[in-house]
Amino acid sequence: MPERDPNIRKRDFKQVNCGYIQSEMLKEAKRCLQCQKPLCVHGCPVGIDIPEFIKHLSLNDPKQAMVVLKRKNDFPAICGRICPQENQCEKFCILSKRNESVSIGNLERYAADNTASMDSSNTMIISKNGIRIAIIGSGPSGLTCGGDLLKMGYDVTVYESLHNAGGVLRYGVPEFRLPKYVLDLELCNLKKLGMKIILNTFIGRTKTIKELFYEGYKSIFIATGAGLPIFPKIPGENLNHIYSANEFLVRVNLMHSFDFPNYDTPIYKARNAVVIGGGNTAMDAARTALRLGAENVKLIYRRTESEMPARKEERIHAKEEGIDFVTLTSPVRFIGNEKRFVKAIECMKMESGEIDNSGRRHLSKIIGSNYIIETDMVVLALGLHPNPILPSLVYGLIIDSHGHITTDDSFMTSLPGVFAGGDVVGGATVIEAMRMGKKAAKAIEKYLKNNCC
Amino acid sequence: MYKIVSIEEIGPKIRSYEICAPNIAKNAKAGQFVMLRVNDIGERIPLTIAGTNLEKGLVKIIFQEVGKTTMQLASLSTGKYIRDFMGPLGHPTEIKKYGTVVSVAGGVGAAEILSVIKELKSVGNRIITIMGARCKDLIILKDELRQQSDSILFTTNDGTYGTKGYVTDALKEIINKEKVDIIYAIGPVSMMKAVSEITRKKNIKTIVSLNPIMLDGTGMCGACRVTIHDEIKFACVDGPEFDANLVDWEELVSRLDLFKNLEKIAIDNFKRNQGCNCCKK
Repeated sequence: MPERDPNIRKRDFKQVNCGYIQSEMLKEAKRCLQCQKPLCVHGCPVGIDIPEFIKHLSLNDPKQAMVVLKRKNDFPAICGRICPQENQCEKFCILSKRNESVSIGNLERYAADNTASMDSSNTMIISKNGIRIAIIGSGPSGLTCGGDLLKMGYDVTVYESLHNAGGVLRYGVPEFRLPKYVLDLELCNLKKLGMKIILNTFIGRTKTIKELFYEGYKSIFIATGAGLPIFPKIPGENLNHIYSANEFLVRVNLMHSFDFPNYDTPIYKARNAVVIGGGNTAMDAARTALRLGAENVKLIYRRTESEMPARKEERIHAKEEGIDFVTLTSPVRFIGNEKRFVKAIECMKMESGEIDNSGRRHLSKIIGSNYIIETDMVVLALGLHPNPILPSLVYGLIIDSHGHITTDDSFMTSLPGVFAGGDVVGGATVIEAMRMGKKAAKAIEKYLKNNCC
Repeated sequence: MYKIVSIEEIGPKIRSYEICAPNIAKNAKAGQFVMLRVNDIGERIPLTIAGTNLEKGLVKIIFQEVGKTTMQLASLSTGKYIRDFMGPLGHPTEIKKYGTVVSVAGGVGAAEILSVIKELKSVGNRIITIMGARCKDLIILKDELRQQSDSILFTTNDGTYGTKGYVTDALKEIINKEKVDIIYAIGPVSMMKAVSEITRKKNIKTIVSLNPIMLDGTGMCGACRVTIHDEIKFACVDGPEFDANLVDWEELVSRLDLFKNLEKIAIDNFKRNQGCNCCKK
């Protein structure tokens, strides 16, 4: 996929990948071998008929390709951009053996982007059954579940606690990976199908689950995500200009603080930024710091680069843009100045040993390897726990020791009629959350058929 | 969009608004807060819920003009709308019978103290209130506080109302004189910290309501993290009330200074665009 020059793109928030032009798309689509028993499909969490949509593209028919995509995936424009394809469909592509996997994600994006202006919702006639369902959380899982239920004829209302919908797609994933107009377009399509999205409503506090049932909702899907940031529990972690990745990204993505003071929310524009972590969020934070004007951005990770959970593409992009990867390194403490603003991190080198029971290499600190990295801002991207508030406020809702809501095979929680999916149940990717949303939608329909109508 | 139904000026640059938000009014309890955003380019700020009107679906907020957002909020008139208004957030105040409660209010902290003591009084506590401010004009909610208290003392730094001095002077006198079961202190950080220093020595349980910088207000970002007994807590979801004697006050004070320079830029910009309202009556 053609990309913008790293030296230019690292100074703005515009999209990194330009998208195929028609000739590039055709060339790529024609590389697909149209396997009789396609393995790529098994690698797709939602089971898109990949060879089929690519075939339509190879005939230069993105509209028909989109029909195939939409059968299994409501948001191809989003997934084409942010799915970890190298671990999913593209990993199983028969051409991957020669390291020449078809770029399925890029093709998916082409199909979506080139049919975006076409309004598919008007052609869809849905007979409404009038049964109301409440979805809690407007992230990938909630929107997918809600979208599927809409198409089944249900009356779907989505509740969102923030002032804008989209969940992690809104506040977490930066503009340069997923432009917000793509998300807005998808939300607009869902609204045209009849989805009601109610913002500024924190279920559990503004309204309770009980009140929702009392208002006439027949089933509820909890998709409140994993938004509770993990802190490293080392000295100095509350010094000023040490941010969780969530805070840093919410300021920039949701609150537009990069445009302060035109927007009211402030952000610190660091000179020497350090991001700690090795996931996609760490890459997003590092590249965002760069775009805010940092001269140097270091990314500290305790394992090796190949062990980073971040997508390969994001790692490559980050390095191209000049992010300095400091691997096998772990922070020991943060050091502040007299006003309690961070000025340095004391780090320790790590040694990677044998693979242990967890399937990862055993890590040990190298004694005496401590050294100082100077910095004026640290972003902690150490992972997230499920949002604990709603579960803690609902009597009888069972959660496990990690804070995930416990569900049965059909995504029903310990409370009858209350289902849950996405990161609040477990999982790590947007597409995984979508898969759960789809499965839950089917389960909710089954439940309602048996129990209410 | 949330309509401003009534506006009352209760002190210099201190206003009381009633906002139409029936869902919040229905579930709000003493000690909780809302997050609001004035318009599409606005920041999210937390404000204490100072009361509700259940029949009319109104939520009362009392605020002082200190930053850009509160200045902008103050520039709105009755009938205008606030873009976003979300809550009630945080744990409600634990309401039970303690015996004798001393409530210490500093400045606009009086708004929250008032809703807290109303509840505490309704379950049979004896309420002694100390209301302090810099000067007479900043003593707000005088009559309302008096009505909810068994006895009340006022202090001003300059002696223009009540006793000259600080709330802590009055507090010391009371706790030296009689047995106090619990203290609620809500006001500026410096005041809450000073109260905590006194009550720690006397071993009296003291609850404070903390006001660190917040962003989403829903437990997602950790901007409002405070250290309570060597453990990180999020004021938005674990608080906002905490045991004063377990709070790392130095840290809280330093974290409130995080964006001091940028806040000043925002205020200057706002004033430049709005014109100066200093002398408007």
